[in-house]
Amino acid sequence: MSLEVVVAVALFLGVIAYAVLGGADFGAGFFDLTAGGSRRGAPTRTLIDHSIGPVWEANHVWLIYVLVMWWTAFPTSFAAAMTTLMVPLLLALLGIVLRGASFAFRKNAETMGQARLFGSIFAVSSVLTPFFLGSVAGALASGRVPAGGNGDVWTSWLNPTSVFGGVIAVGTCAFLAGVFLTTDAERGGRERLAEQLRARTLLVGIATGATVFAALIPLNLDAPTLIDGLTGRAAALMALSALGGAATLVLLWRRRYAAARPAAVLAVASVVSGWGLGQYPWILVDELTIKEAAGATATLQGLLVAVALAGAIVGPALFYLFRLTQSKEWTHQEDH
Amino acid sequence: MLASGIALHLSDVAASAPDPAGLLPARNQMALSLGWHIILACFGVAFPAIIFVMHLRGIRKNDQVALDLAKKWAKVSAVLFAIGAVSGTVLSFEMGLLWPGLMGTYGDVLGLPFAFEGLAFFVEAIFLGIYLYGWGRIPPKRHVLMVLPMAVTGIIGTYCVLAVNAWMNVPTGFNVIDGEITDIQPWKVLFNAHAFSQFAHMWVAAYMVVGFSIAGVYAVGMLRGRRDRHHRLGFIVPFIFATIAAVIQPFVGHLLGLGLGERQPAKLAAFELAETTTDGPSPLRLGGVIIDGEVKGALDIPYLGSIISQNSLTKPVPGLDTIPIEDQPPINLTHLAFQSMVGIGTMLMLAVLVYWFMRWRGTDLIGNRWFLRGAAIAGPLAVVAMEAGWIATEVGRQPWIVYGVMRTTEAAGDYTSSLWLLYGASVVLYGGMTIGAAIILRSMARRWRAGEGDLPSPYGPKRATASKGEQR
Ligand code: HEM
Repeated sequence: MSLEVVVAVALFLGVIAYAVLGGADFGAGFFDLTAGGSRRGAPTRTLIDHSIGPVWEANHVWLIYVLVMWWTAFPTSFAAAMTTLMVPLLLALLGIVLRGASFAFRKNAETMGQARLFGSIFAVSSVLTPFFLGSVAGALASGRVPAGGNGDVWTSWLNPTSVFGGVIAVGTCAFLAGVFLTTDAERGGRERLAEQLRARTLLVGIATGATVFAALIPLNLDAPTLIDGLTGRAAALMALSALGGAATLVLLWRRRYAAARPAAVLAVASVVSGWGLGQYPWILVDELTIKEAAGATATLQGLLVAVALAGAIVGPALFYLFRLTQSKEWTHQEDH
Repeated sequence: MLASGIALHLSDVAASAPDPAGLLPARNQMALSLGWHIILACFGVAFPAIIFVMHLRGIRKNDQVALDLAKKWAKVSAVLFAIGAVSGTVLSFEMGLLWPGLMGTYGDVLGLPFAFEGLAFFVEAIFLGIYLYGWGRIPPKRHVLMVLPMAVTGIIGTYCVLAVNAWMNVPTGFNVIDGEITDIQPWKVLFNAHAFSQFAHMWVAAYMVVGFSIAGVYAVGMLRGRRDRHHRLGFIVPFIFATIAAVIQPFVGHLLGLGLGERQPAKLAAFELAETTTDGPSPLRLGGVIIDGEVKGALDIPYLGSIISQNSLTKPVPGLDTIPIEDQPPINLTHLAFQSMVGIGTMLMLAVLVYWFMRWRGTDLIGNRWFLRGAAIAGPLAVVAMEAGWIATEVGRQPWIVYGVMRTTEAAGDYTSSLWLLYGASVVLYGGMTIGAAIILRSMARRWRAGEGDLPSPYGPKRATASKGEQR
């Protein structure tokens, strides 16, 4: 593998991590939104507070990681994507800001009225943000971003691939979140809540799976290069993802939550990797390859040093955080 | 130096084109989002160490008041860090959205420090989660240590961001040959010569902002007659941090300013409101503006300008007359911002010195209402000084985004004046976040005063029992 490709892989690992970890945080918004009125929805919302509270900021940093790696390693493609996809990026950004701020505000709200206001902002922006991020992915993957930037502000992301990308992103996030929350609910001894979440997660999973299949036909016309890759080089990953998704559904159905979680992660991680492998060697499909877009060699090497350090420092710390949140002491419900 | 060579090479390229319509809104947008974020960033940088000291005191001396304060501060920091994190994300996007010319051209030159900053932020976010949710769940002696990594990452993160800003002021680590950027040395950017002094100044500024702001909250409480130990301790610990910072800041700032005349003569001329070069030593001009080429309303102190900025009794400050008009920054804004920063900094230093002097003489001014009033506004003043410092640095560098190498017009995107819509929306968004944060923080304080400990969420199932008081 050449240096550029190694850096691109490191960048893309960030995309995968963000899709899985950040995605699950966004998806929680779906269950928050559909939890019902303030009394009926209370257990779900408390669970969501408890389950994403300690981790959402760390998970969010994956996005920063991706942006920084992108602009440092592949500067021109970054500028091209930013100027072309300004609208969905700004909308995603708006969602990210509203989601984070109102989540923190809601947790400390005094009255039910405040909690409802911030809660609905949190939930709606959490559901919508992945749509815009997914549409950005669709734009990159279907060759909507010209190498020189300043592509069409609207059609670049309002096209079949982007719209399906967005819808699938929303569904995937919700599905992941559903699996995670169901597991958390069960581990916290909240059987009834787990049952409710399980039913809804199953529905979301089936709907998302169906959307993915429905997307294949329009994508074939709209994003031929991507489809070539997905059915060629990345076919194994796509199959793995389908398998993982199906396995998650079966495991959820049989209430094997602990096993459903890794299966869901596998499904999402492999579909995202599939996208990456599918559009290889392009960074902007049909416009700019990874090699062409790469910045200075010394900078790429420097980035790998940063990535290695991150692996050594962030890795263990993140592991410790996740282990704590999954431990017994952290699972009981009251917050301190 | 390399940079000045580049400056000669490129300075006349884009000089005469009129500003594109999208430039002014882009600059306002950046100023708003950066100016807002930097306040929260200060809390991310400086609050952890202050919380650590309080928490440690609580554990060491078995001091319930201190523990209580640390716990409350942790909850406050959770709110502040959340909006700090999302407003920082805005900046990452805006770098590309608003300044594609900069990022597309120099992304691989200036990117490495950002990568390390991202790393620092990662560690910070992780330990924030661990610390906040670790109360009562991790053994206390280990738990208190979880806040320390955040103080360290605050240093690293600040350094990295300021390294980029210092690079924009004094670009190095690359070469321009026939318009092509070559010979890129990212480590040289990360460790550029100007980075450390800019970092030191900003890092100390963060402690001033946070120390004075937190102390000010308790000063207000004391003004309203709440003079219990809780308030006195809550005041003095952050006030000590602020004191140390306020006393060293003028020196750090002075060191930062040394050599500015060589680095960025136009900026220095603007700082000093030097319209023309004087024969012999320049005065220090306090206040004043330039209208139609004439200095109005300034108070001149002879010699002092040369002494402070040139370290000399004779060498004048080179005036704007030595600088081509197209390379001059907006002089009045730069001058007033710079002097507000220095003025406030000097005042705050004197004020804390008076406090400790009186205390040493046996009078604790905490009992004095005027002192408390002053302490209450010291936080906002420090914020103003910090914002003014950024305005001085950034506006004073104009018309360059990368000094001598790239003009801000070249960096801006190809947008029309419709970018003002984005700016308008951002004003609403940031206004909303400010109001939201104010409502929430005030209501937290109110409930704490009313004796509620844990602040359960209103929809929480345990609300009824938990609000009866401390359970643990
Ligand atoms: C009291 C004496 C002070 C002096 C002599 C001083 C001096 C300076 C100088 C020379 C610069 C650099 C301008 C440039 O080269 O672009 C600067 C920037 C700055 N100052 Fe000050 N300053 C003082 C106080 C303060 C205070 C009290 C604060 C905030 C609490 C502050 C915050 C800043 C900031 C944020 C910057 C821009 C970022 C940076 O370079 O760190 N300054 N100051």
